Amino acid sequence: MKKTTDQTTVSTGRRGILKAGAALGVSTIIGAPYIRPAHAAPTEINMLAWYGHGEPDMVGAFEEANNVKFKPKYYAGGDNMLALIAQSPPGTYDIILSDAEFVQQLNAAGYIEEMNAADYPFDDFVHSDFQKFPGHWADDKLWSVMVRYGHLGVSYNTERVSAEEAESYKVFWKPELKGKVGHFDWHLPSLGQISLYGGNNSPSPFDIDEGAWTKVQDITRSLRPQVGGFFDYGGTFASLKNGEMSAMCGIGDWITGVLERDGAPVASVVPKEGGIQFTESYSIGKGSEKAEIVKKFIQYMLSPEGQATSAQMAAYPGFCVTNAGMKKLQEVNMAEAQRTGQVEGAANHPVSLIKEGRIHYRDIPKQQSLEDWNDFWSEYKDA
Amino acid sequence: MPITDGRSSRLYAHLWRWPMPVWQLLFFLVPLCFMVLMSFWLVKNYRMEPAFVTANWEKMFSRGYFWNAYWRTLGLAGLTTLIATLLAFPAAYALSFKVSETVRRWIIFLLIIPFFTSFLVRIYAWQVILAESGVINAGLATLGIGPFTMLNTAFGTIIGYLTLTLPLVVILQTMSLSQVDRSLIEAAWNLGSSRVRTIATVILPLAKTGLIIGAVFCFILAFGDFVSPYYLGGSKPPTLSILIIDTTKSGQQWPRAAVVAITMIVTLLTVAFAAVALAYRSRVRR
Repeated sequence: MKKTTDQTTVSTGRRGILKAGAALGVSTIIGAPYIRPAHAAPTEINMLAWYGHGEPDMVGAFEEANNVKFKPKYYAGGDNMLALIAQSPPGTYDIILSDAEFVQQLNAAGYIEEMNAADYPFDDFVHSDFQKFPGHWADDKLWSVMVRYGHLGVSYNTERVSAEEAESYKVFWKPELKGKVGHFDWHLPSLGQISLYGGNNSPSPFDIDEGAWTKVQDITRSLRPQVGGFFDYGGTFASLKNGEMSAMCGIGDWITGVLERDGAPVASVVPKEGGIQFTESYSIGKGSEKAEIVKKFIQYMLSPEGQATSAQMAAYPGFCVTNAGMKKLQEVNMAEAQRTGQVEGAANHPVSLIKEGRIHYRDIPKQQSLEDWNDFWSEYKDA
Repeated sequence: MPITDGRSSRLYAHLWRWPMPVWQLLFFLVPLCFMVLMSFWLVKNYRMEPAFVTANWEKMFSRGYFWNAYWRTLGLAGLTTLIATLLAFPAAYALSFKVSETVRRWIIFLLIIPFFTSFLVRIYAWQVILAESGVINAGLATLGIGPFTMLNTAFGTIIGYLTLTLPLVVILQTMSLSQVDRSLIEAAWNLGSSRVRTIATVILPLAKTGLIIGAVFCFILAFGDFVSPYYLGGSKPPTLSILIIDTTKSGQQWPRAAVVAITMIVTLLTVAFAAVALAYRSRVRR
């Protein structure tokens, strides 16, 4: 018996079923090319990233257009990311969003695949530094592509701290803020900021000799009586939103930007001593069988639409790395572009701040071990 | 064939005897042995490498912040146990001796209800209550008092610990007090003993084992809790559970975290054995 429809002719007889079954069995055994029908289950892409990057506002459009489904695993802090990868079998993660300073270690440990520079729009990047970002290239080979970045400085409650006071990290020591200064619970951004406050801006707040490191520790200890708490991602949001903390060390607009959208009286500024840049980059996981679709996703994230989406990410905002992306952001959300300085001539234009030398790329300690800094952080928390 | 056949009944008994030991072996003893082993391993480039070095033990035991966190955790858990035991006793006493069976069942049901929701959710709710702009300070403000800093303090941590443990301690104490022989209490009263003296010399000794078990559970839960000190105490200063998280998330130092965890387990075992020994020794004397 045959049943005919507009598109297909399906044999539903006993022989037909047997033939179809045999064909399916043979094709499975010999691994014949299999064309995925449009209604097939989506391909799962395992993502390791900071919170928010695998959420529908970021990946929803790509998922729909490409019949894929992201399965994100979130972390907080670069060493936390490395720890998660180290615990997982090779090939667990298809795509890894890394803080730039940890790409070198991802590469050295063999966790990521080499990438082809020709696949990505480096020529359109907003700043020449970003094209050959430190650590992303090794022996002229590309291992990671920067997709967004942000600046860290003084984050504060605008009803309790004036804009003038926030122009210096000194505000953290203001007597009225005793018990009201919070830390994002990760040593690199906080100690980097205090290093800048201690005058370590050349070559980098993370490249300091033993004398300067001792001074950074002393300054940090002197801040301890002011500190009201050490918070994770959620706790940082909550403590600023409910007014429990009046100023926060180690963060920037990536936290206050979200709260500002909700109407909270908070802001972030790059103080006169300078700010720290966090840089987020995508790499393809070593041994991923989905490298092609992952490459396509990274290309999407670097497209004008992807960049505008990324700049407005619900979890936390970031700056566009391409000129086309910045232009697109201005088209779709001029208010956000203006708020973040991503318009020509803005005083807080992120690239202008970098060119003025006020921004330092976050890095791992150069003259001390990461363990030294972490040990001190534990001691500081305990004080 | 009769079901009381010797071999069949022995097999049946064995079948029911084995799941618990097997479970404990697989999910307690084996992981515990692995953790002890791991505490002697090394971490190189964020990867653990099997070795047999004492460096992790030396490192952790030589750090002041480790011992500070240890004594702090012990103190906070001990204080919580004391507060929970004292707060729970009047409630458990009333539930055991002053209310009807139906009311007791309903109240125990109400005490169990908090366990239906995630502990984390309950802790977030406490943030709203304890914050400077929160419910308590808003109420106090109407009386012209405050605001008081309660969140991100040791007080906040203890509130979290009590949220976790108090309902359980009340239930355990109630179960224990309910077992006290009423005729002995009545005998004490008939002999002219006051209420307080009856509680001290009759009820407490008879319910001692249950009361101590309740206190031990409270201590164990508070000692190992991560959520309260982190979200209500602001991780300031850290407890041992926070130190474990800090140690693992920075540099993949699982071997050092294992040292902290083993120290915690040894402490808990010591406290639990000492408490249980005390409880049962008293019984034998009686």
